[in-house]
Amino acid sequence: MSSFLLVVTVFIAVLTAVSMYRVAVGKTIFDRIIAAGLVGTNGFIILVMIGFLFERISMFIDIAIAYALLNFVIIIVLGKYFDRGGERL
Amino acid sequence: MVATIIAMVLIVAGVFFLTVSSLGLLRLPDFYARTHAVGKSETLGSILVLSGLAVYNGWELNTVKIVFILLFVLIANPTATHAIARAALRTGLQPWTLQQGTKKKKD
Repeated sequence: MSSFLLVVTVFIAVLTAVSMYRVAVGKTIFDRIIAAGLVGTNGFIILVMIGFLFERISMFIDIAIAYALLNFVIIIVLGKYFDRGGERL
Repeated sequence: MVATIIAMVLIVAGVFFLTVSSLGLLRLPDFYARTHAVGKSETLGSILVLSGLAVYNGWELNTVKIVFILLFVLIANPTATHAIARAALRTGLQPWTLQQGTKKKKD
């Protein structure tokens, strides 16, 4: 099970790295924002899996909770900002 | 042993949906189509992977925390995607149509 979790973690990390293309290139600012949200979601899934791999799950799960809350707050605040017609980047 | 097999099946299904989500984010032609990939496939893949890890962990305090993250992702991820899509629509981003697709090179 441990090697299976390692393979799955590496695969999700590769998917996250491929998704960074849309953050870098993305045609509008909104493409970049939702791609960054996907990278954050994949990031805390990887964090929970790292907790299982290192057998320090009680520490890593709290960090993953903090990452999930921050990811949600960042996207909601950016949505509010661009909803009021913020500067188009 | 049975719990481990159930957890592996759930994690493999979740990784499939995460793969679909990343491919959709790269390949779909428009912002609104990409919100379709991020809002639904990513949420389903995340909750499948996290429920697989919760089944693998067994009955502990950490399982309750994993289920808390799962419920939070289930509520927060579609809400965030909807907020960004509403902001894009209000600032006047036009949806992709077939005429534009045949005229210009799609990206």
